[in-house]
Amino acid sequence: MSTQRKAVALVSGGLDSMLAARLMLDQGIHVEGINFYTGFCVEGHTHAIRRKDRDKPKRNNALWVAEKLGIRLHIIDVIEEYKDIVINPRHGYGANLNPCLDCKGFMVRKAHEWMRENGFDFIVTGEVIGQRPMSQRRSTMPVVARESGAHDRLLRPLCAQLLPPTYPELQGWVDRERLLGLSGRNRKPQMALARQYGLDDFAQPAGGCCFLTNEHYSAKLRDLWESRGEKRYELDDIMLLKVGRHLRPRPHFKIIIGREEGENRYLEGYRRQYINLKTVSHSGPLALIDGGADETDLQLAARLVARYSQGRDEDQVRIEIAEPDGQSRTLDVKPLADRDIPQEWYV
Amino acid sequence: MERFELDARRLLCPLPVIRTQNRIRSLRAGDTLEVVCTDPGASHDIPAWCRVHGHEVVEVAEHGGEIRITIRVGGPNAP
Repeated sequence: MSTQRKAVALVSGGLDSMLAARLMLDQGIHVEGINFYTGFCVEGHTHAIRRKDRDKPKRNNALWVAEKLGIRLHIIDVIEEYKDIVINPRHGYGANLNPCLDCKGFMVRKAHEWMRENGFDFIVTGEVIGQRPMSQRRSTMPVVARESGAHDRLLRPLCAQLLPPTYPELQGWVDRERLLGLSGRNRKPQMALARQYGLDDFAQPAGGCCFLTNEHYSAKLRDLWESRGEKRYELDDIMLLKVGRHLRPRPHFKIIIGREEGENRYLEGYRRQYINLKTVSHSGPLALIDGGADETDLQLAARLVARYSQGRDEDQVRIEIAEPDGQSRTLDVKPLADRDIPQEWYV
Repeated sequence: MERFELDARRLLCPLPVIRTQNRIRSLRAGDTLEVVCTDPGASHDIPAWCRVHGHEVVEVAEHGGEIRITIRVGGPNAP
């Protein structure tokens, strides 16, 4: 009796990687999923933070896929290692700060390491030639295979018939005839296959699953790097870029203002790290100051916070300013009028 | 059979799941792990992760904004 071969499948939570793993299960391969947490993943945080998102049904899509397929899923924290991909992408960025090609190479490399450590035989991804403008082109497929170190142990079941045979095919572990030859951006074949498998409740996140493909998020990350004079970030930085209104009234400081109760509650967790402001005479947001603000700056910040409070039309609003060590004082300010907030302050 | 606790408060998903997964890796079948978290998403994601790995969720309790998820480690517990 032949040994059952084992594949580790990159599972994003989307349709393509789910189908790729499913095709392997169909061929009697033992499949386990792997999912990487970079810190820029869309799902999760915004659900936890924003009240409007809290009401949506919550699920981790990669785990949902694993349950649907009946496979194990390993979620790997790559936050630290991933910084180098975002900061120094060898192949550059896409339309925003998305280093898609470097990212794919990185994830396949990590999967390859995991494969070797755990005695697996090959790696499976849901890549389709021509599906993505940067990372899934015919010319980039060999780049990912080579730079990841996976070489012919990397199998893309959805478009394998359009690519040279891989090791699992040549060894007869996988029947090439039962793999697919999909290409292009048309998703209809995948949709049809999903229906056929009864997997049609899959996630279709608008704008993808990574914040780095988002124009507004990328603008905030660029602003963070410019203000620091270097490309550097910590997890807290990139988490805070997902929360609140960000205004930079002066080059040396930024103010992050909660937009609703969920965000205010989330920002509360940072009060021991940042100078923070909140309205006391009226209900209003919590705001954090990022950067070295002097007394004049704090006055301005207080007027901005007052603008976003229920007292925005009053002559005076009382603001509490608290230092990270907990010491606080109050300030009475006139809310800033909308016409006095230049558009370029909004990051 | 030992009992362990994991503090995953203030972490947002999927970090509580990742911490749970990494902690369980060092435990033995039959051990109990109690995970304390604050992200409501964890009350869905940790049980989902347990289901795909064959661990049993004994209890999910919420009190004062904290969620306590009690897990009995299943076996085989690898990799």
